[in-house]
Amino acid sequence: MLFYEVKGGALRVRLTGDLDHSAATRLRGELDALIAQTGAKRLLLDVSDVPFMDSSGIGLVIGRYKLMARRGGSVAVVGSNERVDRIFNMAGLYSLVERRA
Amino acid sequence: MNVNWINEMRLDFAALPENEAFARLAVSGFLLPLDPTMEALADVKTAVSEAVTNAIVHAYPKGGGQVRVHGRYDGEGLVRIDVTDTGRGIEDVAQARQPFYTTGGEERSGMGFTVMESFMDAVEVKSAVGRGTTVRLTKRLRTRDEALPRRA
Repeated sequence: MLFYEVKGGALRVRLTGDLDHSAATRLRGELDALIAQTGAKRLLLDVSDVPFMDSSGIGLVIGRYKLMARRGGSVAVVGSNERVDRIFNMAGLYSLVERRA
Repeated sequence: MNVNWINEMRLDFAALPENEAFARLAVSGFLLPLDPTMEALADVKTAVSEAVTNAIVHAYPKGGGQVRVHGRYDGEGLVRIDVTDTGRGIEDVAQARQPFYTTGGEERSGMGFTVMESFMDAVEVKSAVGRGTTVRLTKRLRTRDEALPRRA
């Protein structure tokens, strides 16, 4: 289940639970459906309730970044902890997507 | 190097994505008697998750197959986890370990080995085409006791 809200053209989605390959495979489809439904120009991925993440999180965010860029939009990661940041920084992710507290 | 292992476990499971969480949680539970810091435990969990995911995504392109996780530790907190599949193997291990290198079409970042190397002390890969791959993860865990500030 995904918790989300749309405000001023921005779609904010709260991811919950472990973000691994299994979860990323499922989330990909759900997120893309939400983006298409809402027509959002900005995607905010709130990861503050993600207790565990591996490199699958990188693939998920880069995939959504590419999708939003094709739509002329952008992506931000919200509420990342130190571990999530460490993994995202290995891939230079924050040169593509904004990091918000 | 001869290591005097004091505990050992083996876990065999089907190469299915829904077993990724099971594998890392089982390893985490196995290591609890070492009283590791949360950070150290998370490091190992993340590396195991990467190695197990690699086996599940890449080893068995026709489906099926098993993954084995073999864990050991010694009395000094040295932890070794071997993640083994009997799948198609890796042709060029050095290339597979390069950051951003991936053959997984489905939005894989190619950062799995980079993450393993960052979180473990050592990552060794043995692979034979058509026979399978073993990823050996080694790390000396800091216990919570060691992490406490020392009095002078």
